[in-house]
Amino acid sequence: MEVGQMQRRLIEYTKSLFMEGILDDQFLQLQQLQDESNPDFVVEVVSLFFQDAEKLLNDITRALDQQSVDFPKVDAHVHQLKGSSASVGAQRVKNGCIAFRNFCEEQNVDGSLRCLQQIKQEYYHVKNKLEALFRLEQQIVAAGGSVPMMELSF
Amino acid sequence: MFGKGASSSKSMEIIGSEKKISVLIVDDDPIIRKIHSALLSKFTKEIQEVKNGKEAVDLCRSGASFDIIFIDKEMPIMNGLEATKELRAMGVNSTIVGVTSCDLSSERNDFIAAGQNQCYEKPLTIEKIKSLLSELNKNN
Repeated sequence: MEVGQMQRRLIEYTKSLFMEGILDDQFLQLQQLQDESNPDFVVEVVSLFFQDAEKLLNDITRALDQQSVDFPKVDAHVHQLKGSSASVGAQRVKNGCIAFRNFCEEQNVDGSLRCLQQIKQEYYHVKNKLEALFRLEQQIVAAGGSVPMMELSF
Repeated sequence: MFGKGASSSKSMEIIGSEKKISVLIVDDDPIIRKIHSALLSKFTKEIQEVKNGKEAVDLCRSGASFDIIFIDKEMPIMNGLEATKELRAMGVNSTIVGVTSCDLSSERNDFIAAGQNQCYEKPLTIEKIKSLLSELNKNN
């Protein structure tokens, strides 16, 4: 594929992530912060998010697996995941966390387990999408092109 | 004190034209520290980071001073409210800005009562920083 074609594909692909509500404006904020002095900023922040989210999802899974569930503890983990996902603009994960916290408040085990499944799905979905996005960016750079900047509104 | 109205949109002017501001980022979340540090680096190079309220208090007690301290609410060892009260009790007169991921309306009062000047929802954005700096400029 030639560079121009890859660049157009990257723009279309990024747009689709916003259209589907997988990412929100916060992701554009991160892209705006990336510059020559900080060339891998977005990948670095998103990698931190992946590490943090996977640890928290494990912690939540373990906590919900107990005979007697410590809901304040579950809620604290979900709160943290909400913060991390909001930081990178992983909107659907963030929204899943908001719903999850209501079930924590009600101490509802079944509702919490359903929410956990849902945010796991959303998390792996956004992770796959972001990894594909970064691969596309790398291919463009490897082919000698530059990564097109996204506009703040489209 | 900060006004409640919308701030001037001409805040780009203040960037680079004023004396260098020094900022301290207090947050236990490495993702937030990284984002806020990159964000603030658009405005100043004098940025320090610490991981909790106690580290912020210790740093200021050892003589460091900052124009603006951005402080998270929930942190281990010493949270943002305790740290703010402690800093004010020590006579620290920096602008202290609360940064929270919680519902602002229910918590703004706690923050202001603890001695903070302003409170923003996490994560900070370029627009929020510009509006804050322009408010600061107006008041100085």
